[in-house]
Amino acid sequence: MTKIADTAADAVANISDGSTVLMGGFGDAGQPMELIEALLESGAKDLTVVNNNAGQADAGLALLIKERRVNKIICSFPRQSDSWHFDEAYRAGEIELELVPQGNLAERLRAAGAGIGAFFTPTGYGTRLAEGKEVREINGRNYVLEYPIHGDVALIKAFQADEKGNLVYRKTARNFGPVMATAAKQTIAQVEEILPTGTLDPENIVTTSIYTDVMVAIQTQSTELAARERAQGAK
Amino acid sequence: MLRSEKVDRNTLAQLVADDIEAGSFVNLGIGQPTLVSNYLTSEHDVTLHTENGMLGMGRAAEESEVDIDLINAGKVPVTETPGAAFFHQADSFAIMRGGHLDVCVLGAFQVSATGDLANWHTGAEDAIPAVGGAMDLAIGAKRVYVMMNLFTRDGDIKLVPEATYPLTGVGCVSRLYTDHGIFELSDSGTVEVLALFGLSFEELSSKSDIHFVDATSK
Repeated sequence: MTKIADTAADAVANISDGSTVLMGGFGDAGQPMELIEALLESGAKDLTVVNNNAGQADAGLALLIKERRVNKIICSFPRQSDSWHFDEAYRAGEIELELVPQGNLAERLRAAGAGIGAFFTPTGYGTRLAEGKEVREINGRNYVLEYPIHGDVALIKAFQADEKGNLVYRKTARNFGPVMATAAKQTIAQVEEILPTGTLDPENIVTTSIYTDVMVAIQTQSTELAARERAQGAK
Repeated sequence: MLRSEKVDRNTLAQLVADDIEAGSFVNLGIGQPTLVSNYLTSEHDVTLHTENGMLGMGRAAEESEVDIDLINAGKVPVTETPGAAFFHQADSFAIMRGGHLDVCVLGAFQVSATGDLANWHTGAEDAIPAVGGAMDLAIGAKRVYVMMNLFTRDGDIKLVPEATYPLTGVGCVSRLYTDHGIFELSDSGTVEVLALFGLSFEELSSKSDIHFVDATSK
């Protein structure tokens, strides 16, 4: 059963200290900003965070890092022009970084959700990111053994949900949402709107309700952009 | 192909575009490779992939079109073309890793004679490392093209017998496009010189211990 929370604060209330938190988003697209802000307010600490990046500017994940609530981050691209809070924590030795190629990050999350014990991937073979890892030659090609990344909680942003917890996404904001939803014990989704069950076309569901534990309706700019697009299409 | 002058980045982008077969599925990396899209005409009928989860990526968005949910791998707002499709990260990298893309075009710090690629880390120990999709892109496409200047500002050749920068991928680069020439690479380490711009074969050979084969008249 998917629970519908009234507020972002209610949605994240059960996240405990020391949790591994998967956070959707690629840059700002698909980033569950309101859930992350609620997590910041909740005071949860000693977190391990999995995200493609390590926070931008003075918002969301960047503020969690600024407040030293993140002990470790697993990501592919921490260094950005506006990642100053991560940069400072990293240079001070106050955050552990596990750098993972983006495709390996996605596949390790997928593996966690799909019950795979580990997998061999060609990505990273022969590089410093594969140092110390088991390698194997299979049919003449070299592969590196990679293990799943399991989350205690996933925070994701989808576009629409039905009351049952089925989710659809919007454009490239989909990014890590669907795989993270499968990889955590508890998936918390913020969505633009929650529609009556039966409204969404079953053929188009991307994340099925079995993965969605908690959801909360929060309108963001995505709603306005979708309305703009509909208006342009109707012209 | 021989030209008396070195070529500029736009001319090089045109040369890369000319080598992409009609109907290809292509990923263009951030930076210089992005210029290639300016020379892909409707006759190319190329479908662009962006690793953050889209096939059928269109041009960069104009100000009135900017949509925060529609960006490319460089986080730049883009547009969608008719027939575009969205998918999640694991599917997007499966498209790449699974060898479904025809061509990927990347930038580089160094490329070795056997096609090793170094483009994610300068090796500076105090640098904050960031890899993104670089390692996945390097090994993913059927053909991996690299665009870069052939020489550093100090005049050192960046096509090297063995890379000294940290590797992104091993033996993965098919062809190297530079301001001074185009090179076909293979596991053998013998480099076929397909074109030279403002550089003679003798001058090239004098700058490196690599075994070059002159194929500029082909």
